[in-house]
Amino acid sequence: MELEVADLACARGGVLVLEGVNFRLEAGEALMLRGPNGIGKTTLLRTLAGLQPPLAGRIDMPDEALAYGAHADGLKSTLTALENLRFWARVHGAGEGEIGRALDEFNLADLAERPAHSLSAGQKRRLGLARLLLTGRAIWALDEPTVSLDVESVRLFARAVERHLARGGMALMATHIDLGLAARALDLTPFRADPDRAGKAGAGKDSAGGAGKAARPPEDPFSGAEDLA
Amino acid sequence: MIALLVRDIRLAMRAGGGFGLGLAFFLIAVMLVPFGVGPEGGLLGTIAPGILWIAALLACLLSLDRIFTLDYEDGTLDLLATSPLPMEGVVAMKALAHWLTTGLPLTIAAPVLGLLLNLPESAYYWLVVTFLLGTPALSFIGTFGAALTVGVKRGGLLLSLLVLPLYIPSLTFGAEALRRGAEGMANTVPLLMLAGITLGTIALLPFVAAQAIRINLR
Repeated sequence: MELEVADLACARGGVLVLEGVNFRLEAGEALMLRGPNGIGKTTLLRTLAGLQPPLAGRIDMPDEALAYGAHADGLKSTLTALENLRFWARVHGAGEGEIGRALDEFNLADLAERPAHSLSAGQKRRLGLARLLLTGRAIWALDEPTVSLDVESVRLFARAVERHLARGGMALMATHIDLGLAARALDLTPFRADPDRAGKAGAGKDSAGGAGKAARPPEDPFSGAEDLA
Repeated sequence: MIALLVRDIRLAMRAGGGFGLGLAFFLIAVMLVPFGVGPEGGLLGTIAPGILWIAALLACLLSLDRIFTLDYEDGTLDLLATSPLPMEGVVAMKALAHWLTTGLPLTIAAPVLGLLLNLPESAYYWLVVTFLLGTPALSFIGTFGAALTVGVKRGGLLLSLLVLPLYIPSLTFGAEALRRGAEGMANTVPLLMLAGITLGTIALLPFVAAQAIRINLR
């Protein structure tokens, strides 16, 4: 199992932000994404997660291998912590035993019956991170996973990542704090799309955009649906 | 996918979930009509099919905004999009959950309101039949509209403007089948059209809506 990214270009809101991104990640490795605000860390993670198509380049990894952890945790405030986790467990086909382990690993067992709206920001974040264990996926792509975590919880999270890596998993994180993990860092600054080459980048974007469209299902066959309705 | 259906229904039932909102609106909107039109039984009975159908459309509209907006705002939609569930299935389950929490209660409440509108006795059977056949289309078309407006801040009004014109065929055939049924005339044709629209929307719109969501998430 490995993740290989070659010559990747991605855009945010139609504006090219990163190009020529290259890296490789093998089982058991972690990679920290670094770079100033706005450099495109979130854009890169969303592109890897398949939420937006790359403008150019290649992402090689097995299908459904990546678990995405966004800024928002995807929790429902009126459901209890346990109900929230149980939902994601069922979506990903994980069992009750795994839910219990995920609760224990993030020290949430005592909070299981509390509705999510009564949890603190840090507790919510831990609940959101516990979801990762239920996805059963090897590559964790996390966007600022330590936001609102206290020192103890950061340690808890670092241990969870270590265990994940030891199981042959991989982690890709946009974070500014040092987790104490033996991880490589990738500074995205050299991959910043060059505004001076905007014309050239635009041309490349067009051709790559065409290729991307061909790979997605065509949108036209259903355009008559409105009439039908 | 059943997990998603169960979760959506449970969320609708919990505090602030909006279950009963559409139903209550339906009850009040229909109850206002006798006050506005006057108690003349004959007139009320004549316009009752149209009133019931229009009130049902508006009641359906109320909860459409919630279908995707809440999941979009708390990040659930991103996570669902990267989960093993196909987006088409997610959309279909959301539409089904919307129908179970809105269309089905409306169908059950409609005969009671028929009484208030002096609906002829022969019409009650057709009232339930046309609602059962027609309201799923309202949920599926509405889900499609909600998918188009995901990510639009305060897109509720835009959503209404998009969706209401698309409700016209269901309204036309639903009210017509009910009116003809009430008057003892043959209503097979409008009933079949109504059922056809519903089946068409169930078959096609989840695919279009899923594509709209994928584009809106970028």
